[in-house]
Amino acid sequence: MLNRPLATALAVLLALVLVACGGDDDTAAPPATSTVTAETSSAAEFPVTVEADNGSVTLAKEPNAIVSLSATATETLFAIGAGEQVIAVDDQSNYPPDAPVSDLSGFQPNVEAIAGYEPDLVVAAYDPGELVDGLEKLNIPVLLQDAAPDLDAAYEQIEALGAATGNVEGAEKVVQSMQVEIEELAGSAPGAAGATVYHELGPDFFSATSETFIGSVYELFGLVNIADAAADADAAGYPQLSGEYVVSENPDLVVLADTKCCEQTAATVAKRPGWDQIDAVANGDIVEADDDIASRWGPRTVEFVALIAEALAGLGQPQ
Amino acid sequence: MTSAGGLRARFPVRQGRALRGVSLRWALAAGVFVVVAALLGLALGPVDLGIVAVAREVLSHVPFLGVQSSFSETEDAILWELRAPRVVLGLLVGAMLASAGAAYQGVFRNPLADPYLLGAAAGAGLGATIVIAYDVGGDGGLDLRPLAAFAGATLGVAVAYLLGRSVGGRETTTLILAGVTVAAFFTALQTYVQQRSADTVQEVYSWILGQLETSGWTDVLIVLPYVVVSALVLLWHRRLLDVLAVGDDEAASLGVPVARVRLLVVAAATLGTAAAVAFSGLIAFVGIIVPHAVRLMAGTSYRVVLPLSLAFGAGFLVLMDLVSRTAVAPAQLPIGVVTAFLGAPFFAVVLRTTRTVGP
Repeated sequence: MLNRPLATALAVLLALVLVACGGDDDTAAPPATSTVTAETSSAAEFPVTVEADNGSVTLAKEPNAIVSLSATATETLFAIGAGEQVIAVDDQSNYPPDAPVSDLSGFQPNVEAIAGYEPDLVVAAYDPGELVDGLEKLNIPVLLQDAAPDLDAAYEQIEALGAATGNVEGAEKVVQSMQVEIEELAGSAPGAAGATVYHELGPDFFSATSETFIGSVYELFGLVNIADAAADADAAGYPQLSGEYVVSENPDLVVLADTKCCEQTAATVAKRPGWDQIDAVANGDIVEADDDIASRWGPRTVEFVALIAEALAGLGQPQ
Repeated sequence: MTSAGGLRARFPVRQGRALRGVSLRWALAAGVFVVVAALLGLALGPVDLGIVAVAREVLSHVPFLGVQSSFSETEDAILWELRAPRVVLGLLVGAMLASAGAAYQGVFRNPLADPYLLGAAAGAGLGATIVIAYDVGGDGGLDLRPLAAFAGATLGVAVAYLLGRSVGGRETTTLILAGVTVAAFFTALQTYVQQRSADTVQEVYSWILGQLETSGWTDVLIVLPYVVVSALVLLWHRRLLDVLAVGDDEAASLGVPVARVRLLVVAAATLGTAAAVAFSGLIAFVGIIVPHAVRLMAGTSYRVVLPLSLAFGAGFLVLMDLVSRTAVAPAQLPIGVVTAFLGAPFFAVVLRTTRTVGP
C-alpha cells in the first residue's frame, strides 16, 4: 500500500495531539488516596503470595487502592467485599453500578494513567505487551487474570482475589454459593442432554466452542455445541461459522450474546433468510442473554446458567 | 462533444490486434468461466447438499422438464435463501471491482491503480467503523453500515477529486496524490475511532476484511442497479480509455475532453465500487489482479480489458468466496484474506512479467 507510511505518520500525529489534549484529565483527576479505612479484613495474613497468569505475585500489605482493568475482576471484587478498597475501574466495568468508573482502558492500558491513581494493586485481564512489565518497574503489584477456560479456573481467580485483598472468607462464600447454585441448576434439566446449542457472539455468526468458558457452561447441561465442528479452524475457540451451516445443523437452542452490541432479538433472528427452518426459531427456544454477563466469568455467571436452565426446561415446546 | 462512436470513426484500427474487440474465443471462455464458477458456487458449500441433488433442484424449476426435486424445506432454504444470493452478490461485486480497477488503471495510466486509489476504501472503512463503534441507528434494528460505507466511499473520492482539481497542475499525478492524502487522513480517523472503542474492534476488523454473507436477496437487489449502470458507463468509455493511454495532451489534441471523460469514468467506477463495498466490505486485490491477468492473456486494449475483467472478475470472486466458506468449514475465512493470499503471489508474477509494459 502506497499510503501506509503516511497513514501511520498521521495516526501518530493525531494520537500525540489527542494525548496532549487529554493529558489534563489524567493529572487533574485526584487519586482518591487513603480515605478508605480498611478495617474490614479480619486480620488477614500479609504479606501474601497469590498465583496469577503473570506468575506468583507477593503483596506486602493489604491493598486499599485497587485499580481494576477487568470487568470480570471488578464484579468479583465487589462481590467478595473488596469494593471499598477499589479506587478506579476501567471504562468497560459497568457492574456493579457503584463501581468507580474511570476512563482507563483495559484494552489499551496506559501505564502512566494507571500509575496516576497511585494504586497498590492493579488487576487486569489482558496485557497487550507492556502493562505488567511497566507496572512492575514502578513497584506496583499486578494480578493478570486471563479469561478463565472453565468454572474451576474462574473459582481459582475469585479465591486469588480474595487472598490478595484480605477477603479470603468473602471469596470462599462467593465460590461456595456459586458452586451450589450452579450444580443445582445444571441438574434441573436432565432431559436436555444431547440437545444442540448455537451460541452467537455477533450477527456475522462468530460463536464459541466448548474450549471457552461459555462453552464449558453448556457442557454442564450435556449440550452439544455446534461450533465444536469448527474448533480446528480457530484455536482460540471463537470461530466464525457460516449461515448455511447453522441452518443445516438445526440447533435446538439459540443463545444470543449479541443483544446489546448488535441489537439482535428473537424477532430479528426469525427474519434472517432460511432461519425459519430452525427448530429453535420455530419453537421460540431463543435466549436473549446480556452480552456482558455472557462474556464474563465472574459471580454473575450464575445468572447466565439460570437463564439457560430456564430455557432448557421448556425446550421443544412450541409457544 | 465527442461520443465514443464518433471516436471510433476518427481513430480507425490503429495497431491491428490491440484495438480489435473481444474475440469469439475469449467471449466464450469468459462466458463458460462465469457459468462454471456460479454453478460450483451453488453446488458446493459447508453443507453438502449433493451436486446431483442441487442440479435436480435447479432443473425442477425449469418448466416442461418434469424433474422432481429431492430437497427438504431446509435444504431448499439453504440453497435459495442463503447460498444463491451469496453467489449472485459475489458475481456483482467481483464484476464491479475488476472493471472499476481496469477503468482506474486506464484513466490514471497507472498499473497499480485500483478502485480504492482515490480514498473509496478509506472512506467506506471510516463510515462503517463509525456506525459500528458508536452503535448508530441500532435501536430500530436497522443496519446503517451499508449506507455509511457507501456515503464514506463517495465522500472520500469526491474530496480527493475536488482537492486534486483545486491544486491543478498535471492532472493524473495531482489526483493520485490528493487521493493518497485523503485516504491517509480517513484511515487515520478510522483507526482513531476504532482504537477509542476497542470492544468493537472484532466487528470492525471482520468488516474490513470483507465477507459476502448476505441478509438475503434484498442486499443483492440494492447493489444490482448500481453495478449495472456503472458497468454500462465504463463499457461505453472503453475506446476513449484506449485514446487516453497515449497521454492527456495527446488525447486532448485529438479532441477528447480528457477532464470530462476522467470525471465520468471515476464517478461511475466510484459509485459502483461504493455500492459493492457497502455490503461486501473491503475485498482486496480483485481490482488489480483480474485486469492484469486479462491484459497478459487477451490483450491490452480496453475494448478487451473492460468486458473481460467484468466477466472474469465475477467468476473469480465467486470461486474465492467458495474457498473462503469451504477451506475451514464449517468455519469461514474473511474473503479479503483469500483474495490477498492467492492474489499477492499472482501479482508478484504479473509485476515481474509486465514491469516494462504500461497498462
